[in-house]
Amino acid sequence: MPNLLAKGRLARWSGVAGASLVTLTTMAGTVLAAAAEHAPDAAHGGEHASGGLPQLNPANFPTQIFWLALTFGVLYYLMSKKALPRVAEVLEARQERISRDLAKAAQLKEQAEAVLAQVEAALAGARSEAQALIGKASADIEANNQARQAALNADIAERLRTAEASIAAAKEQALTNIRTASTDIVRDITGRLAGVEVDQAQADAAVAAVLEERRG
Amino acid sequence: MDPLHQFQIHSLFQIVLGGYDVSFTNSAFYMVVAVAAIYALLVMGMANKSMVPGRLQSLAEMSYEFVANLVRDNAGHDARPYFPFVFAIFMFVLIGNMIGMIPYTFTFTSHIIVTFALAATVFVFVTILALLKHGLHFFTFFMPHGAPVALAPILIPIEVISYVMRPVSLSIRLFANMMAGHTMLKVFAGFTVMMISGLGALGFVTGLVPLAINVALTGFEFLVAFLQAYVFSILTCLYIRDALELH
Repeated sequence: MPNLLAKGRLARWSGVAGASLVTLTTMAGTVLAAAAEHAPDAAHGGEHASGGLPQLNPANFPTQIFWLALTFGVLYYLMSKKALPRVAEVLEARQERISRDLAKAAQLKEQAEAVLAQVEAALAGARSEAQALIGKASADIEANNQARQAALNADIAERLRTAEASIAAAKEQALTNIRTASTDIVRDITGRLAGVEVDQAQADAAVAAVLEERRG
Repeated sequence: MDPLHQFQIHSLFQIVLGGYDVSFTNSAFYMVVAVAAIYALLVMGMANKSMVPGRLQSLAEMSYEFVANLVRDNAGHDARPYFPFVFAIFMFVLIGNMIGMIPYTFTFTSHIIVTFALAATVFVFVTILALLKHGLHFFTFFMPHGAPVALAPILIPIEVISYVMRPVSLSIRLFANMMAGHTMLKVFAGFTVMMISGLGALGFVTGLVPLAINVALTGFEFLVAFLQAYVFSILTCLYIRDALELH
């Protein structure tokens, strides 16, 4: 316990210091007293010519002890029975008041915190609701977009198909026309050049064979 | 001019009781003044019992809490019942010392018989307390724990002497400090007076030096007056702790 040691040291040192001081000053005092006594105008030098410390005069001891016992006894009685209980009462009342106020403050703080938690919960609920709404709206938009995209794609495909069909039909028509025309031309040419009357079926087969050859 | 004149005791009121001279002296007068002052401080200070203390009430509460902390820190929680005793000791010594700082008053704590009687009261109180609490077991206090038994013939007398010397050191510490301080103040004041009466006009100049020292010493004495009351009560607390715990 360093604190206690320090106090012990303090007490010891002040004791040592006091003892040395008292020696020094008693010596100085004796010198001064002697000087005062020898001075011609020493007013009360002779009064205590007996010398020595008044503290060490045993004639004083009974009265000192008697009055110390009396006054200290009265003081102890007054302190322990009257004064100190009163101070303790006031201090306790104050302590009680302070702890009561502190408890009340803590309770109020708890209430405020509960309200705050409630508000925060409501806020969080509203926020998540808003989040859900936003999510739903964007999903709707997305779905709508996709549906429209699909419809558009289908439409485009349909149109492409019709267009392709009509192109194919036109091409077929054109080919048929070409074949018919070629057959006619073949019969005409063979008739004029060779004078051979080629019948329709033969001409058709020849033209088809040539066309087939070309295409391949 | 005699610096010891201030310690003279003179009777104000002759009383003889059972053959002893127990006259009401200047010393007794200031003891009564000290008790009255302490009681007045506490009773007048706490008269209002206000929740927020005023100046005097603060002073009364501060002295209460100061000593209460002193007792709790140095004597432990079990020493609570002896708090009024320590409080009475502390206030009596403190106010006695402080009254002594007023010029022309008498410092009863500068008398060895007074401080010794106080210290003896503490000693007797503490010894009875220890005997009541521990019975004959109290005497093991004089044999430190764990010390080899072979050392007992040396240790026990040392411990007994140091125990018995407690009231002596306690009383001489306070008495010596108070007496030395007051004598020194008077000696330096005497220097100034001597210089003036011996050197005339020059004395008024040179006399300022011991006067300045006296001013510093007065401040120092206030510190000593408080410190010695503090030391006296701290040691009382430590003795009470020893009595309660026996180490």
